[in-house]
Amino acid sequence: MSVDVDKSDRSPAGPPPPPPSIKAIPVRHYGRWVAAVVVIAVIVLLGRAFATGNVNWDAIPEYLFNADILKGLRNTLLITLLSMIIGIVLGVILAVMRQSKNPVTSTVAWFYVWFFRGTPVYVQLFLWFNLGLVFQYIDIMPIYKDEWSDFMTPFLCALLGLGLNEAAYMAEICRAGLNAVDEGQTEAAHALGMSHGKTLRRIIVPQAMRVIVPPTGNEVINMLKTSSLVIAVQYYDLLQAAQNVGRDSGVVVEMLILAAAWYLIATTVLSIGQYYLERYYARGSSRQLPPTPLQRAKAKLSGGFHRAGGAA
Amino acid sequence: MTTTKSTSKTAGTSGAPMVKAEGVHKSFGPAHILKGIDLEVAPQEVFCLIGPSGSGKSTFLRCINHLEKVNAGRLSVDGELVGYREHNGKLYELRDREVAARRRDIGMVFQRFNLFPHMTAIENVMEAPVQVKGESRSAARERATKLLDRVGLSDKAAGYPSQLSGGQQQRVAIARALAMEPKLMLFDEPTSALDPELVGDVLDVMKDLAADGMTMVVVTHEMGFAREVGDSLVFMDDGVVVESGHPREVLGNPQHERTKSFLSKVL
Repeated sequence: MSVDVDKSDRSPAGPPPPPPSIKAIPVRHYGRWVAAVVVIAVIVLLGRAFATGNVNWDAIPEYLFNADILKGLRNTLLITLLSMIIGIVLGVILAVMRQSKNPVTSTVAWFYVWFFRGTPVYVQLFLWFNLGLVFQYIDIMPIYKDEWSDFMTPFLCALLGLGLNEAAYMAEICRAGLNAVDEGQTEAAHALGMSHGKTLRRIIVPQAMRVIVPPTGNEVINMLKTSSLVIAVQYYDLLQAAQNVGRDSGVVVEMLILAAAWYLIATTVLSIGQYYLERYYARGSSRQLPPTPLQRAKAKLSGGFHRAGGAA
Repeated sequence: MTTTKSTSKTAGTSGAPMVKAEGVHKSFGPAHILKGIDLEVAPQEVFCLIGPSGSGKSTFLRCINHLEKVNAGRLSVDGELVGYREHNGKLYELRDREVAARRRDIGMVFQRFNLFPHMTAIENVMEAPVQVKGESRSAARERATKLLDRVGLSDKAAGYPSQLSGGQQQRVAIARALAMEPKLMLFDEPTSALDPELVGDVLDVMKDLAADGMTMVVVTHEMGFAREVGDSLVFMDDGVVVESGHPREVLGNPQHERTKSFLSKVL
């Protein structure tokens, strides 16, 4: 305000002063206040119910870093990571196979997706577990020979069950991503003399990533939670650990809440990672990348006072 | 500019044709787009294709570098059949790799630019020399810098396509095609997607190329460009060549009714 006054005083003969800014009473958002009161009331009531309920809250921090729980958490993260790697690699291969001009490969890919997407993961896990009924021995002639039940450990069951199922979903995501890239890109690359493979690797896939990454982040988060189904093949994951500890120490429900807390922490970390990954693949598509939360906070701290002064 | 042009043209016309089409037919399913195209493009010639939309001129252009497959007739570039190899009187389809190898010598500029949006301007220009020719990155960068300078965009080298105007994008696209040192350049309505005030910059780059003796086949609606720079002009309608000749004659004194009515609408 004071700056404006100074300026008009100094140069009365210069350009005409800007028109006075509008002073109006802003719209009052009563609905927001009502909603806030309702939400706070619900939180307080729920919090009280849980706090006074028959839950031994002290057990949760006590077991938060319990060795068994941490081992389960490690296994959950490991199986999530490995099955996603299988899912993504196989999914990309399947998506490219689906697009292939070779009718054999495209049919194989179609059939794969049809089967693995059409049956529940839970059932698939059981099937892997019981495949010993079909194959009694595994015999890869020169290098490996063992009884199927010894070869098919809970870890391998879980990995194949989750990974192969995920591949079917990833294949569809990748296919959508590849299709989303403008046909002109392929034509331009071909016109420059680039081969099919080079065009795919250098031109199409990098652009498809923008479409593929967000749903893939979703899939990772989904996988983290779906991995709790590996209890079916007796793999020692976070949920199994929480149940074991709970049973041994008589704090069953408390350990389930603890497991939920760990799942939440892990998915939160993954969501943050996904945000930055999406940002990276958006380069070139939008003129200016939106600022990260960190950059926004910095801008607010340094520039916030000016804006606050202007609005007042 | 016109003086250098005319000397280079006379030098070129003596050679074998760069593009030769004999009875070229093309259909998409039931739609018969090209109904027997016969024409010849001499080396170092600027060959303009005009005609109403849907007349097949873009389709014909795309046949030249095998983006579309010809259904009947013979189409050859620099004496080599497009898409086929002839051996003992039989035609053999070329493998994808062989088709790609032939395309290296033919540059193409699209109506909608088709720059690679995830690469900067200079990376767009460097991409094919590095990936296709196996040129070193430093050598490719040096040449790309020169090419961008030639199209007047040396200050935009680090810009992504989305940060460039349409005219700038199209000039980068021309530089990208030139990076492969083609013997023939195809232009598919290169200025049709541009704001009117940006057309001139792109046409200037094309005139400069023509003056350098580049063989160019240009599908265009820019009659001014055709008249000033073109050596031959073909008017196409409904999949056939209706009229051809020197641009000034065809545009100034059209013989056929269809040519007359088309020109009366666009001029």
